[in-house]
Amino acid sequence: MNSLQPADKAIIAEGLTRRFGDRLAVDRVSFTVGRGEIFGFLGPNGAGKSTTARMLTGFIPSTDGKVFIAGYDIAKHPSAARRHIGVVPEEANVYADLTVWQNLMLMAELHGVAKAVRTAHGNTLLESFDLAARAGQKGRQLSKGLRQRLMLCMALVSEPDILFLDEPTSGLDVASARRIREVILQMNRERGMTVFITTHNMDEAEQLCHRVAIIDKGILAAIDTPAALRNRVEIRRSVEVHFKESMVKPEDILLPPGTTTVPIGDGFRIFGPEPGHIAQDIAMQATAHGLHIESINTLAPTLEEVFVSITGGPHGRN
Amino acid sequence: MAATDSALDDLLWQVRATWVVAKKNVMVYYLKPPVLTFGVIFPLFFYLAFAAGHKAPAELMVPGIVAMALFFTASAVGPLVTPWERQARTYERLATSPASLSAILSGDILAGMAFGVLLSFVPLAVGLALTSAEITHPLVLLAGLLLGALAFSGLGVLLAAPATEGPSQVMMLSNLLRLPLIFVSGVFVPLAEMPAWGQWLSPLSPLSYCADLIRVGFGAEPYFSLALDLAALLCFTAASVIGAHFFHRKTRDRVI
Repeated sequence: MNSLQPADKAIIAEGLTRRFGDRLAVDRVSFTVGRGEIFGFLGPNGAGKSTTARMLTGFIPSTDGKVFIAGYDIAKHPSAARRHIGVVPEEANVYADLTVWQNLMLMAELHGVAKAVRTAHGNTLLESFDLAARAGQKGRQLSKGLRQRLMLCMALVSEPDILFLDEPTSGLDVASARRIREVILQMNRERGMTVFITTHNMDEAEQLCHRVAIIDKGILAAIDTPAALRNRVEIRRSVEVHFKESMVKPEDILLPPGTTTVPIGDGFRIFGPEPGHIAQDIAMQATAHGLHIESINTLAPTLEEVFVSITGGPHGRN
Repeated sequence: MAATDSALDDLLWQVRATWVVAKKNVMVYYLKPPVLTFGVIFPLFFYLAFAAGHKAPAELMVPGIVAMALFFTASAVGPLVTPWERQARTYERLATSPASLSAILSGDILAGMAFGVLLSFVPLAVGLALTSAEITHPLVLLAGLLLGALAFSGLGVLLAAPATEGPSQVMMLSNLLRLPLIFVSGVFVPLAEMPAWGQWLSPLSPLSYCADLIRVGFGAEPYFSLALDLAALLCFTAASVIGAHFFHRKTRDRVI
């Protein structure tokens, strides 16, 4: 295999494997991320998300397999590959004794950004992230949310083609997490920046990602668009119905075979493969029994339900 | 296809990254009042404590103080930079920048070397001002300071390799190695006057060769030959740099 790959793919992982002693942390993971794509990497704790991210950025070598970043083999041309990326590692921090501005300029200089460009771009970023007024503050004076914003600024200051984010909004307040998500979407929309993001947050993955991969116990369990993944778990599609009458019981309604009913408040959620037909049945039976429907909705499974279905629970497959 | 840079372009890039890392280290780790004070005061008092019981003329003490100050300062902070960065969670960001491991380690060495040379000028200036010590071979003195600082700083960076986030553990290892080296290096007692076991052990310490060069700079006769002093310091530097690169790489590979 050549050490260079066509650069139309931002990230190529081929049979990526990582062992720590006897423990197999990541097992033959392969995927590609196209240019301009936001790619989510989901998995329970200890599934291998961060290890995969660290191999992709070249922080740790793979035991087996290859990684190409912007066409460069990260093992053979690490420096050339890293010039195309910005990274916000998990649990990373800023330099506590440097000011916000010094932290930002340090990363720009490490990426070889010319002084005039880094000054202009640094100012723009600090404005975008509401950090301009704190440019002279030391890293140690910032709250966790502000530090995380600064870390994202540091990853973006070199205007990378590919942004790696390892749990970027973990533990942040709602406003900070939202601001970070907005900027990720903005950078992707306006600059066509490719984003690789690991997250526990299914809502975040659903909001941001064009495609997601789910890793469990080091094995890639699924990879697709959020919509296509939801369609995979047909059985979890449901109809939620609420009646004006509060005393309606499940047995009052004759449902098609293969469905299950769960009471919810003054209504029910009925799970089955054909929610459209179920809704029609319910409407007809309600009319026949003189019941009044207050609301009826067909519901697709959430990404969280897909995740639980694939991994066997919030803490992984057992 | 993505284009690869020429080897020269990559080298220039890494040289620039080395400079940036060194600058960062100076700002973050070296320009601190306690570090500066410790760098000057500790070797001075350490030496004076020993010299108090001896009746050696003050001017003869100056090369020893300069050599020891250089050794302490150039190798003092280097062992702690990587553990501090791991502890503060700044290391991974640095390691995923375009700066190679070689550039990061070279930056660490450069910062330690600059710190050591600059602080060694303090006892040098004080010694020249307050005693009758004279520099007779400035180039030899300068070579001793620069090559000594390079070797000691390299040793410091090698000591930073163990996979720990606890700087205190590295500090203990560092002192365990550095303190015995002082006693066998002819800083307190000229090598020719040391007991046989000391003379056997002294070639194992880079400080022996550095102190020898500094003494020659002040007009003393060399214990080793000048060529051996220079070659030995270069060899110690090369061994430290190669070892540092090897062990830092291994440590990074083990990170979970």
